[in-house]
Amino acid sequence: MSRLHEWLSGGLLITDGAWGTELQARGLAPGAAPDTWNLTHPERVEAVAHAYVEAGSQVILTNTFRANAAAMEGDLEAINRAGVEISKRAAGARALVFASIGPTGKMLMAGEIGSDRATAAFAAQAAALAAAGADALLVETMSDVEEARLAVAAAKTTGLPVIVSFAFDSGKNKDRTMMGATPEAVAAAMVDAGADAVGANCGVGVERAAPICRRLRAACNLPVWIKPNAGLPKMEGTAIRYDTSAEFFASHYTALREAGASFLGGCCGSTPDFIRALVRARCASS
Amino acid sequence: MPDLDKLHEAVVEGDSKTAAAVTHAAIAAGVEPLAIVTGYLVPAMDEVGRRFECEEYFVPEMLLSARAMKASMEIVRPLLAAAGTEPVGRVVIGTVQGDLHDIGKNLVASMLEGGGFEVIDLGANVTPERFIDAVTTRNAHVVALSALLTVTMTSMKTTIDAFQAAGLREKVKIMVGGAPVTQQYADAIGADGFGESAAAAVALARRLVAV
Repeated sequence: MSRLHEWLSGGLLITDGAWGTELQARGLAPGAAPDTWNLTHPERVEAVAHAYVEAGSQVILTNTFRANAAAMEGDLEAINRAGVEISKRAAGARALVFASIGPTGKMLMAGEIGSDRATAAFAAQAAALAAAGADALLVETMSDVEEARLAVAAAKTTGLPVIVSFAFDSGKNKDRTMMGATPEAVAAAMVDAGADAVGANCGVGVERAAPICRRLRAACNLPVWIKPNAGLPKMEGTAIRYDTSAEFFASHYTALREAGASFLGGCCGSTPDFIRALVRARCASS
Repeated sequence: MPDLDKLHEAVVEGDSKTAAAVTHAAIAAGVEPLAIVTGYLVPAMDEVGRRFECEEYFVPEMLLSARAMKASMEIVRPLLAAAGTEPVGRVVIGTVQGDLHDIGKNLVASMLEGGGFEVIDLGANVTPERFIDAVTTRNAHVVALSALLTVTMTSMKTTIDAFQAAGLREKVKIMVGGAPVTQQYADAIGADGFGESAAAAVALARRLVAV
């Protein structure tokens, strides 16, 4: 049995919620790169990780989403290492730590970045995260199948389980990635790339997540990772807020489990309250 | 006489080679450079925009079309400049301060160029001062601000306020766009317009310069 299947042998695992908005609530300036806080404000980053573990997250991520050489500058090796160490300290024996790898932010097909540079950026980040002791690697918020292939291939060289998750936020039914890929196309390509699990994160909100989860599950035999947004950000004057409540979010628990989700948590706008509500929903349904 | 409908088709289909070849042939046959732009490139990119709006096209198709349009524009542009032809309008575009994302901004820049605008692309993480400097030195009519993150879209307001403080707010039209941006936000910060997509941005820029 693979490590991933072993972890899932007890059923669906509840993951964490958003980090960026939580860090901002702890003083991260708008526009500042959250990842740099792993070095400058490790105690505040750990407070976020700890809040999710306390809320009942069985899997927490790391504050390393942007820390690849194509997306940001700085001492990335140190940022990635500190990111894993912080989450591991908060998790203790209570949660697994899946290390986050986000997109390059550049388009391969527009020639903004070459495959070699993208691969090098992903490989360096994956190596740093693995060396620091991550339990698995999560390639997330992807929109380009080709870029995800490069990231998965680079992540797999570490020998850790690799989960890959896409943002489905385009098209009439908001069931395609920005690059136009359907859940079926994503699933087939990621099976081919050797991913251990496939999923959907971010996107346009929890209401749209179940059909996408079902389609990913039907298109391949991999466990499905689901982490929707707390709706889309709404403006109140010039302030930003997400209008999905923790209760509304968690009311989709059963639908998502029945749609085949193996991992379930929240993306942008979700908080530890969302995770507590998911834990309650799981208790109520079992 | 070359078949210029093939230019339209090549741009819509994203075929750069054919677009360049037909453009060369048309110029050699004495077709007015401006007629190539207004008669073929602009309508072709409008069609691309329409297909994007209808979700027949996604970003990859749009990028290929923009590339084909650019292949033709590169041949035509020097001729237009030599003839002293003025563009539809001059747009200064950039992703606002604090935000390094430029995929959306690059798409809008391509579509604007395909729509006949001269585009001055300042890149990503652009300070209000650089926007103001570009507008004054290049005599631009429109400023297009992009942001991908909810945490950086507030820089749009800072930029608009800076134009106000510099006494230049009335001199330019400011349009905003990007994933988290809404009409409501555009209104709240005093922008002149909001574009829901790259294609909508072209229609908006045309409206703004027509006023």
